[in-house]
Formats: sequence, structure tokens, C-alpha cells
Amino acid sequence: MRSGVIAKKIGMTRLFMEDGKQIPVTVLQMENLQVVSQRTNETDGYTAVQLGAGVAKAKRQSAAMRGHFAKAKVEPKRKIAEFRVSADNLIEVGEEITANHFLDGQKVDVSGTSIGKGFAGAMKRWNFGGLRATHGVSISHRSHGSTGQCQEPGRVFKGKKMAGHMGAARVTTQNLEVVRTDVDRGLIMIKGAVPGHKGGWVTVKDAVKKKAPEGLPFPAALRSQQAAAQVEDAAVETAAEGGAE
Amino acid sequence: MNLLAQLEAEQIASLGKDIPDFKAGDTVRVGYKVTEGSRSRVQNYEGVCIARQGGETIAASFTVRKISFGEGVERVFPLYSTNIDNIEVVRRGRVRRAKLYYLRDRRGKSARIAEQTNYKPKK
Repeated sequence: MRSGVIAKKIGMTRLFMEDGKQIPVTVLQMENLQVVSQRTNETDGYTAVQLGAGVAKAKRQSAAMRGHFAKAKVEPKRKIAEFRVSADNLIEVGEEITANHFLDGQKVDVSGTSIGKGFAGAMKRWNFGGLRATHGVSISHRSHGSTGQCQEPGRVFKGKKMAGHMGAARVTTQNLEVVRTDVDRGLIMIKGAVPGHKGGWVTVKDAVKKKAPEGLPFPAALRSQQAAAQVEDAAVETAAEGGAE
Repeated sequence: MNLLAQLEAEQIASLGKDIPDFKAGDTVRVGYKVTEGSRSRVQNYEGVCIARQGGETIAASFTVRKISFGEGVERVFPLYSTNIDNIEVVRRGRVRRAKLYYLRDRRGKSARIAEQTNYKPKK
């Protein structure tokens, strides 16, 4: 099991494909996504990585958090989240994860805090049908109607769907497709909608109900690896040029 | 420009579409790619553009109305669709509205649009 990522929801747009198809996509951005700390079997009894994303002012941090970030030698982060990983997929503290962590066409699960709807009636909250427009119904066209039986049981069952607070809850949308990634700007484009409002934080993980595609980077796609790869490429190129001359 | 607008502008640039300058009231011929089985050809659809929506964004679209066998037909095309082969302006119309939905209630003579004779192309 490898780590997921924290991303910020930028908004939705569409992509025109070569075959004439249009794909609605949600654009997510990964900002300075770094490993802040590790959880290990020896110290915590389980293995996980704690990631931080975004930029926060150092003077706005509590002394405890300032110490926490200082220990990891990373900039203060706006959003912090923990991802359970298997022991061999632990990532070094301070490493930055890049957008090619996910492959194009891969399925992912996206979690976020849904848009709050406030106190909502049964029609909006549970898709109830409401009451009739005529035939003697007065004032209560959008009410939920009966909530139960008669003297027996003489109470409303627990869990009865009624009006109440809707939204602003943690929601996971499963099996969304990654359409495109952009490493330089840290963008992930996901087909369809993801929970939450623009500017909200979401977490993206490999889909639990789909088989992982081949070629996924383990333990993660890291900035340091790419830098190393680039240096290698440059070295190979210069060597080739030298050979040609 | 925010990131989303920037992404859309980049995509519009990469699509490399040559969109002529046209507005509601103009008669346009749209070459639309149609795939039949494995064969693909371009089908022309000519009519009056009665509305343009979405400005210059990637989500922009336009509506073309024509009378086909005595029946009014309207088609909405995404402006930057990769299925559109070409757009050609056949005739410039002089109209005083951005949306010509009133044409839906008109037939024959009253549904005509006068030609704009003093059209100046945008620089």
C-alpha cells in the first residue's frame, strides 16, 4: 500500500480529445507536498507517512507545530494529513511528491469535505417525493409525510430519514479516472466531479476497489528522484556529445 | 489570469483552431466530422447563427438554426470542438440583438435577416 497525496481543488474545466470527445475534468493542484513525519512500528505500532501541503505563515503556527516542522526541516504547511502505508513504502522525511505519482488512466479515490447545504428538508436531503400539489394538501407540500406506524411501536425508529443538517461532511468518491498530470505545475486532472468547493483540500489515493496499474512509482514519485534522473540524462547527453566530437 | 483560465487559454492555443469572426445573425456553414463505421467524412450544416454563448472560453458554444424540409432545426456546436472541421461565414446579417430566439416564432418572410453591407473585419 503506497501513500496518497494532498491536493487543492482548483475548479472544473473540459478537455477536447483528438477523437472529438469532450471530457469534464476537475483540476487539482499539489503545492509543496512534502513528507513531514513518519509513523513506524517501533514508535507508534503502525506505519504511515504524514504529508503536508500548501504554504502557511511561520508566525501563525503554534510553538508545537513550529517545532514539528523545524524537526522535519520543512516550511510550515497549511494542510496536514496522514496516509497509511506498508513498511516498505515509507518515504524519507522532507521528500517532495510530484504529480506523476499517478498514471494517466489510473483509477483513484478522492476524499474531501462536501459543500455545506445547511439545514435541509427531506426532499433535498433524502430525495423524498414530498406531498401532492393539490387534493387537500395545505402548506406542507415539501414535508416528509408520515414518520412511522401507530401505537405499536409508538415511537420513531432510530435512523429515520428526516430533515436536518446536510453537507460539510467527509465524502469519498471512488474510482475516478486520472486523465492527465502536469509535473511542473503539480496538476492532476480527474474526470468528473470531486467533493468540496474550490480552494478546498482533498486527498487522492489509489482506488481500493480496482487493481493497481503496472508501472506505478514505488514508494512514490519524488522530486529528488527526478532531479537525479535529469542529472543522469544530462550526463549521458554530454557523454554522447563528447563521443560524437 | 487565474490558473484555470490559463489552462483553458493554453488548450485553446494548442487546439490551433481558426475560428472566423462571426456573431448572431450571420449565416454560417459548419463542417462537422461524422464517423460512419470506420469511414469518416465531413458533413456540412448551414443555417443562421442565432446565439453565441460562453465568449472566448473553452466552454463556448453557438447555436445554428435552419429550416429543414419545412421544419425548424437547431444545433448547438461547441466552438472549440475537435469534431468541427471548419466554420465558414456565408453571409453577414444585420441584427439588433445578441440572441435571435424570436426567429423560432417566425416563418417565411418575417424570418428574414437583412444583410450587413458595411462589415469591417476585426484587426
